[in-house]
Amino acid sequence: MMNPVVVKGLTVAYQEKPVLKDINFEVPEGKLIGIIGPNGAGKSTLIKAILGLIPKAAGQIQIYNKPYRAKDRVVGYVPQRGSVDWDFPTNALDVVLMGRYGHVGWFKRPGKKDEAFALECLRKVGMADFADRQISQLSGGQQQRVFLARALAQEAKVYFMDEPFVGVDAATERAIIDLLNELKEQGKTVLVVHHDLQTVKEYFDHVLLLNVEAIASGPTESTFTMENLHQTYGGKLAFLEKGQMIAEQK
Amino acid sequence: MSYEAWIILIGSMAGITCGITGCFLILRKLSMLADAISHTVLLGIVLAFLISQSMNGIYMLIGAAVVGLLTVVFVQLLHSSGVQEDASIGVVFTFLFAIGVILITLYAGDVHLDVDHALMGEIAFVPWDTVQIGFLPELPKAFLMLSAVLLIVLVIIFLFYKELKITSFDPAMAAAIGIPVLFIHYLLMGMVSLTTVASFDSVGAILVVAMLIAPGASAYLLTDKMSVMLILSGVFGVAAAIIGYYAAMLFNVSISGSMAAVNGILFALVFFFSPTKGYLFKKFALKKVKYGSEQ
Ligand SMILES: Nc1ncnc2c1ncn2[C@@H]1O[C@H](COP(=O)(O)OP(=O)(O)OP(=O)(O)O)[C@@H](O)[C@H]1O
Ligand SMILES: [Mg+2]
Repeated sequence: MMNPVVVKGLTVAYQEKPVLKDINFEVPEGKLIGIIGPNGAGKSTLIKAILGLIPKAAGQIQIYNKPYRAKDRVVGYVPQRGSVDWDFPTNALDVVLMGRYGHVGWFKRPGKKDEAFALECLRKVGMADFADRQISQLSGGQQQRVFLARALAQEAKVYFMDEPFVGVDAATERAIIDLLNELKEQGKTVLVVHHDLQTVKEYFDHVLLLNVEAIASGPTESTFTMENLHQTYGGKLAFLEKGQMIAEQK
Repeated sequence: MSYEAWIILIGSMAGITCGITGCFLILRKLSMLADAISHTVLLGIVLAFLISQSMNGIYMLIGAAVVGLLTVVFVQLLHSSGVQEDASIGVVFTFLFAIGVILITLYAGDVHLDVDHALMGEIAFVPWDTVQIGFLPELPKAFLMLSAVLLIVLVIIFLFYKELKITSFDPAMAAAIGIPVLFIHYLLMGMVSLTTVASFDSVGAILVVAMLIAPGASAYLLTDKMSVMLILSGVFGVAAAIIGYYAAMLFNVSISGSMAAVNGILFALVFFFSPTKGYLFKKFALKKVKYGSEQ
């Protein structure tokens, strides 16, 4: 079977010191994959490099056996929520419609069908009632759902989500994870940057442990181990103890 | 057409063109760039004059548009190599502007191209500065130039509406779905340069900044839709031109200055009285909440 994401020898540097060093990993199709690592580990950078948003110093990235090309429209992206200006004069439905722009083509506007589809995506994340709401008047969790709906509207095969669970309540987190599982059942591959070590084993089939280097990647059972966590989080003791508890618990 | 009608028409066209172009600068938090471009284009105009040895509007337009774009390119280069955005704008702005001023004083001191005129241009004389092209009757140069630029701006916005919108709101997402973010950025900046230059000649560089930023800023406070914001900014631009003209007649002051001042006054009114985002409304809403909770 073809692996949807293959990364070989990826190195990325903003300045002289690399933030990602010789990263190698592959992810299997139709799985939920957690990208785990401390702040500043390079998780967002990894996603941006894969999407071609920042240049890579070395290495190869293949999406379904081809170098990533945005116009193939196989990749959907949910950025960190803080990355946009929520005071922008637009409403929730409009933001979700942006997910259709890649399908619409030059010089055209999204049509009635796109609008209906966008509304359907909003409904899937439980936000249909907020379609006309100015985006600054949404709560953090609601904004996150709008971003998720926008990713659904992209109809991609591989999704990258940067911390979709940050700042959402337990019910929303549940709703999001249900949605991700639904995507998985449709054969889509979803990579999620995640911080809460407690829920890793419950949510993800695979994990990638990252801290500048790829510490380990593979099935959660065999990869999310105390030893690997130790390596990933290094000297951060508080984390370690917590990690130990979790690793032993499960 | 009467003198009065020409002034109001040309002022309104500058108002619309600047207003809608300025909206995108505001949405991208690049208002300062308007200030920079409106000054650095001076260098383009001087260079165009020195190279072509003529005062032909077309050469000036091209020269100014090129330097306007260069301003943006330099700012982008500095910014992407780690200098803060506002600092980049400040450095490029003052540097290019200074070269322009030096060149003027060195080579062009004796022609009509003086700094005062370039910065404080006066719309009052515009109706008399006419040309005759092809089968058209004799028309004011400023009118022809602004018509052309307004048309270009409207066509660009019409064709690239969704690209302009998504690259303003979420450039990372835009890039991820294959929209050429940098191309759209430079397209927009080319638009800003053209708009600036075309308006520059009639109202002066400093006042162009008022026309670029104030209408969009007012419109921003009145709506939650980008399309409405664009239209409203045009309306504010026209309103400022009309009111500004009559105010200038009434108080016997500079027409350009008056138009710019009215832009500021309109913004102040909206800032205080906007029904949703206005200062007074927010205060009032707060009072109501307090009052309500005391009961
Ligand atoms: N635009 C940038 N310019 C220079 N350095 C950067 C830039 N963006 C990130 N970095 C650096 O690269 C490293 C990795 O950043 P990145 O945002 O990828 O981390 P992350 O794993 O997503 O962290 P977090 O969990 O906090 O989101 C950090 O050390 C950061 O300081
Ligand atoms: Mg991050």
